[in-house]
Amino acid sequence: MTRDAAPLLAVRNLSKYYGRYVGCREVAFDLNPGEVLAVVGESGSGKSTLLGCVAGLTSPSSGRVVFDSSEGPVDLCRCSEVRRRLILRSEMGIVHQNPRDGLRLNISAGGNIGERLMANGWRHYGRIREAALRWIERVEIDAARMDDLPQTFSGGMQQRLQVARSLVTRPRLVFMDEPTSGLDVSVQARLLDVLRRLVGELSLSLIFVTHDLGVARLLAHRMMVMQRGRVIETGLTDQVLDDPQHPYTQLLVSSILRN
Amino acid sequence: MTSSSSSTAAGQDSPYNFAYLDEQTKRMVRRAILKAVAIPGHQVPFGSREMPLPYGWGTGGIQVTAALIGPRDVLKVIDQGADDTTNAVSIRRFFQRTAGVATTTHTAEATLIQTRHRIPETTLRKDQIIVFQVPIPEPLQFIEPNRGEARKMHALEEYGAMYVKLYEDLARHGRIATGFDYPVNVAGRYIMSPSPIPKFDNPKMDRLPALQLFGAGREKRIYAVPPYTPVRSLDFEDHPFQVETWEHACELCGSRDSFLDEVIVDDKGGRMFICSDTDHCARRRQARDAAPAADHRRCCG
Repeated sequence: MTRDAAPLLAVRNLSKYYGRYVGCREVAFDLNPGEVLAVVGESGSGKSTLLGCVAGLTSPSSGRVVFDSSEGPVDLCRCSEVRRRLILRSEMGIVHQNPRDGLRLNISAGGNIGERLMANGWRHYGRIREAALRWIERVEIDAARMDDLPQTFSGGMQQRLQVARSLVTRPRLVFMDEPTSGLDVSVQARLLDVLRRLVGELSLSLIFVTHDLGVARLLAHRMMVMQRGRVIETGLTDQVLDDPQHPYTQLLVSSILRN
Repeated sequence: MTSSSSSTAAGQDSPYNFAYLDEQTKRMVRRAILKAVAIPGHQVPFGSREMPLPYGWGTGGIQVTAALIGPRDVLKVIDQGADDTTNAVSIRRFFQRTAGVATTTHTAEATLIQTRHRIPETTLRKDQIIVFQVPIPEPLQFIEPNRGEARKMHALEEYGAMYVKLYEDLARHGRIATGFDYPVNVAGRYIMSPSPIPKFDNPKMDRLPALQLFGAGREKRIYAVPPYTPVRSLDFEDHPFQVETWEHACELCGSRDSFLDEVIVDDKGGRMFICSDTDHCARRRQARDAAPAADHRRCCG
């Protein structure tokens, strides 16, 4: 990661209002290639709104989100919908908090992974299947479950399937919204193991939202703390967690149990 | 309006306007048809009317036919390939009474053919129009239930998800098991539902000289395949599109290249395979009976 390289994602002045309520306000940050950024904060602090705006799921009220796509920098808030959707399905991946939002539960696990490939123009069944199988194994799902429906999967497996589905097209940038919430601790640990390995192997650029500082510590290079729609503190993960500056961050850090 | 009401045909026995619909409604339907022809495979909304038959029985097809039919047209109506089934008989009689037009069961004699579930085996000519009755016009419905999103997918030509259904078939059955309403790509652009015709009929749509019109009454959509338009059935590179084949020949006419229906003839497991297209079968039998060859038709029962 070189300092002078163009950032993969540059967010400037991003605000989102829901009527007179604030979703997030004047957020700005850069994400460099290969970097993992955690967005933390209590619920209602605007984390998911920010992620939605940056990932092109909702349109922000104002601001710019410039993504360094394979065809040069694109402002996702101002480019055509055709372009944005093309980038979303080929160069970005999203893992939703609820697997139901990110998966088609009435379509087999292999079909769920294959859909991303078919959306990108793959029309060879054998090759689609081969790629899907490779990714099923890569996220540690039993290959024999490939043709089963995701609704027969456990929560942890569904979440790993979502990871496989979003990574199969080798996106340049991946978003995850609370990927580990709702999973018990041992299942969380397994998902984190998989994520950590993939982040290392693929040098993924990743932005994820979490309220679990432990997850942030484990995965993220840098983190951003949000409160009431504003970013109140940013920095390297260890720096923020070990030496928090803002009173709210101090409160957040002191509230986790230590052993 | 006056032109049409004065053109009331001799045989018309009805207090209704010519072909049942009022002239303004026909005009609205014709506009939708023109737009549909201009954008092959694209679903055009229209103000579908209540018709004197239930939804699912061909309310869309009957409105398209009513908007097109003229006193000199010769109408053929088929249901599952047959001219003598309830739906076909009712719709044919409807237009006999409201438009007084001539009707036929002979495909080659018809100028206008309304159909449910089949395309005739006889290749249609450029002076013929075929009208399909469509229950579900949206091919993406089972993949994307959200109508707005489905429209967007059509607009942006995002058809990858359409292949998921074929993928699932292959993963589950080892072959593409979809047998009817098999999705097609029209003129390299729109993906279209060909109505519940067997996939056996899909190749007939490709570059057909006749105009093909599709009417969905409940869903209020009309779409079209203009004459000589390329129509391609979706498939995978390593699993090309195939039509169904039969080990049997038609037991009535001996045809080996037409779509066969399996008919159960008794409760002891007796069954026979016969042409689904009754007109095709009858013409073949006529030709054979006219020829001196021995009649080896099997008697059943």
